[in-house]
Amino acid sequence: METLYAITVGTLTACSVYLILRARSFPIVIGLTMLSYAVNLFLFSTGRLVIDQVPIIGAGEHYTDPLPQALVLTAIVIGFAMTAYSIILAVRVRGEFGSDEVNEPNYQADKEDKR
Amino acid sequence: MYLALMVALPFVGALAPLLFRHQGRRQIAMAAAAITLASLLLLGLLTPAVLAGQVPQVMLSWLPQLGLHVAFRLDGLSLLFAILILGIGLLIIIYAHFYLSSQDNAARFYAFLLLFMGSMLGIVTADNLILLWFFWELTSISSFLLIGFWFHQSNARRGARMALAITGAGGLALLAGILLIGNIAGSYQLDAVFAAAEQIRQHALYLPALLLVLLGAFTKSAQFPFQFWLPHAMAAPTPVSAYLHSATMVKAGIFLLARLFPVLGGTIEWFTIVTLVGLATMLFGAYFAILKNDLKGLLAFSTISHLGLITMLLGLGTQGALLAALFHILNHATFKAGLFMIAGIIDHETGSRDLRKLGGLAKALPMTMWLAIITAAAMAGVPLFNGFLSKEMFFAEAYQQHLFGGLSWFVPVLVTLGAMLSVAYSIRFVYDVFFDQAHELPKQPHEPPLLMRMPVLVLAALCITVGIAPMVMVAGLLTPALTSIAGPSASVSIALWHGFNLPLLMSALALLGGIIIYGKRAQLFNFNRQFDIRDAKDVFAGIVSRVTRFCDELMQRIETGSLQRYMAGLFVLVLVFVIPELMNISALTGSRPQIAIDAVSLSGAIILMAAAFGAVIFHRQRLTSLLMLSVVGLMVSLVFIQFSAPDLAMTQLVVEVVSILLMILALFFMPQRIPRSSTGGRVARDMLIAGFIGGVVGSINFALLTRPLTSISEFFLNNSVPGGGGTNVVNVILVDFRGFDTLGEITVLAIAAAGIHKLLNNLRPFMPSRDVDGRAWHQVKHPMMLQTISQLVLPLALMVSMYIFLRGHNLPGGGFIAGLVTAAAMILQYMANGVDWVKDRFNYNYQSLAAIGVLIASLTGVGSWLFGANFLTSWFTYLDWPLVGKFEIATAILFDLGVYLTVIGATLMILANFGQMTTRHRPRQEGH
Repeated sequence: METLYAITVGTLTACSVYLILRARSFPIVIGLTMLSYAVNLFLFSTGRLVIDQVPIIGAGEHYTDPLPQALVLTAIVIGFAMTAYSIILAVRVRGEFGSDEVNEPNYQADKEDKR
Repeated sequence: MYLALMVALPFVGALAPLLFRHQGRRQIAMAAAAITLASLLLLGLLTPAVLAGQVPQVMLSWLPQLGLHVAFRLDGLSLLFAILILGIGLLIIIYAHFYLSSQDNAARFYAFLLLFMGSMLGIVTADNLILLWFFWELTSISSFLLIGFWFHQSNARRGARMALAITGAGGLALLAGILLIGNIAGSYQLDAVFAAAEQIRQHALYLPALLLVLLGAFTKSAQFPFQFWLPHAMAAPTPVSAYLHSATMVKAGIFLLARLFPVLGGTIEWFTIVTLVGLATMLFGAYFAILKNDLKGLLAFSTISHLGLITMLLGLGTQGALLAALFHILNHATFKAGLFMIAGIIDHETGSRDLRKLGGLAKALPMTMWLAIITAAAMAGVPLFNGFLSKEMFFAEAYQQHLFGGLSWFVPVLVTLGAMLSVAYSIRFVYDVFFDQAHELPKQPHEPPLLMRMPVLVLAALCITVGIAPMVMVAGLLTPALTSIAGPSASVSIALWHGFNLPLLMSALALLGGIIIYGKRAQLFNFNRQFDIRDAKDVFAGIVSRVTRFCDELMQRIETGSLQRYMAGLFVLVLVFVIPELMNISALTGSRPQIAIDAVSLSGAIILMAAAFGAVIFHRQRLTSLLMLSVVGLMVSLVFIQFSAPDLAMTQLVVEVVSILLMILALFFMPQRIPRSSTGGRVARDMLIAGFIGGVVGSINFALLTRPLTSISEFFLNNSVPGGGGTNVVNVILVDFRGFDTLGEITVLAIAAAGIHKLLNNLRPFMPSRDVDGRAWHQVKHPMMLQTISQLVLPLALMVSMYIFLRGHNLPGGGFIAGLVTAAAMILQYMANGVDWVKDRFNYNYQSLAAIGVLIASLTGVGSWLFGANFLTSWFTYLDWPLVGKFEIATAILFDLGVYLTVIGATLMILANFGQMTTRHRPRQEGH
């Protein structure tokens, strides 16, 4: 199971990194969101993979580590705030510049001028 | 305590001129003078003790961990400088009142001057090296402000900038040197550093420390080759030049050399560097002083020359040389401050400082002429004036040293040459101004007011009295100063007459030679004309522009404006740092027993990964990509369920819904299809980077998962019920144990929402009127089925969220999740019924809601102070309610309410505001 978990996290990370490296804003936002999932899964797993031991006192004999869970819970909400902020930023940029390119608009033009 | 007060007074007093700025200029000057006088009185109270050989000290800890203390001492050396700073400062304040014109902002001037005075006092009385450096930098800054006082003049601005760049850079070097010294000595307190002197001189890092400290001192005191900033600092008002750039600030470097002489001095390195630099500076300054046609320029170069002289004496380092250095510091300050003030008077009265235009002023300014003759004679080293005595001692030391072996004779020869030049420019100062033939001047000169001459009069009187009766006047002051650098056995003896000896011959030669050089100055000017001397300001500007150009080019290469490139660089950097660490791990798999894979998990993982790949493959078809992302999010929440994290699963599920909704909304404003823009090479590169990052993260995660867990969570599990009153440990951590973190998190959330609110302000989004295939939008905005169901769902959803909220302390749930559920239900209303419909029924300001939430959470924390507990300590009890039974009340629920409200407020602020965009400016629907 650990192997499968690690492969999943690795795949998620790889896919999100690839998306973040795109030149348009929307895939980047998707990539960022996906990366936050990957990071959350990673952080969560610092408590190790434990089945059927929810950290609620009285629910069982043993409990999994509650601390990473508390950490990740807030991370999910903050991740949402980040996703929301970046997507609105993308919309604003589109509205201001009429383009969803993330590279500076005259970056290419500049280079060609110099040549 | 008087000592600390004395230093603090000018700083506090710097406010006084500003407070009096609406009064007349006289009140401003008087306020500044009163403060200086008060400081001087405090110094007077401390002086007897110092003269008796004591060293008053005060110490307050500032940052003891860094060895930094606010510590002051007043030994003989400090006293000598403090008297100069405050005494001449007082004269300058009086003088400046008459010098400044009514257009100048006198309040600002005096405020800066007092600031400088305080910083300078700080340097000379600091008992801690870092504190000394702190004041050192303050003098650089206040000097910058004073040089640039007439900031409408471009040469004032350029001069100020150059002075700051040079002395500031020197200051940094000094800091490095001080850190080295402090590190070797184990303390920055002067007493400890003095005690470790031998150890420091033997240390391997002695030379670097010495060089760094000397760099600081030489830049500050305008020693060769850093002398070029000083003449340009003459763009300052003349009182500033008199005070900072002759009497005090430039002596800070000299002071530092004297202060650290017991620690760093006496070695062959010290002797060679300091002596030679001093000698070079002395000759260089003296030569250029004659050539200058500007009165202040002449004085500036002469100051450089005299500073070189003092530096050279400190380099020689014998007891006699140290005494001569201290004596000359005093003498130079008196005659040079006087000369600058005279230059200011001449400038003020005639409107010109050009020696070629000035002349024949003896008739119009007889008093000033006499003052000029006295002070210039002191500068030239004419017998019976104070400058003669210290110069005589200097000659004796230059003659007596044998430090260059068989070549030692060149030192007295060069020194005599320097003295000749000094005599020549002193004559030029007096003769060209007062006796040469008269020219047309911009203004008809008159004697200045008596009070403007008074400071010069005081200084000139000192030149004579010290020159005639040195032992009476200054021996008392010089003795403690000398013992504080040369050791307790040192004694002071200054005689007027040593008989006919070589130093006297050198003096005579200097006077004679000076007269001859002055007589033949026309040839000298012609000789010098063949050199193309470049203006230091242009050289400096050239260096600055070259550096800027280099940085520009570098920036253009690094800062390409391509986010893709930045990100790729960042990711590659991550790999560079992480991969070697991973390679150090001997085995990836650890000792922790692994769980077997079951079919459900396997299929779940496959779906998750497939969806992730799908999001990548279809990233140009945005809706598809988004749907794939939502599959990933849902699968992630299942992962949380699988591995005993119900709270996380619930949160993830609701956040997923809300964020996908938000992104769908955003899609409306984004181009629906994107052309293929990446080249094959770029795709390959990105895949490589992504693959490596994924591999690395996966490996780390695997290594982590298979290693045993040591956790601090035992505490939380044990104390959750007895300490926090809740069985849901995750929730108790959030609202109780780590409540402060949560408070931070909801604040961030509220701030992000506020930021989004601002981003949406005045936004004119790009809105298509048709979909990607050219079809117009559908006519029905709000389908009836959705409307009906959503209205039915609302009360239900609110009830569920209430339930989740209340049970959160004991079972999965809590403020975060409940808030998100409520927000999702509200968003559904917006979507199904439209913004206007919701506004009619529920018109609430979400910004205030989020703010109230944060406020409630904070106040809950503050509330515990009322009961004498720490911030955010929770309190709970059990109550017996009729019918309901035993019921728990915890203050944590109030905190959770804050969280709940913030989450609702922030989420709706984002979504409702954004959603409005789509409807408010609905695009025209063309061509049905």
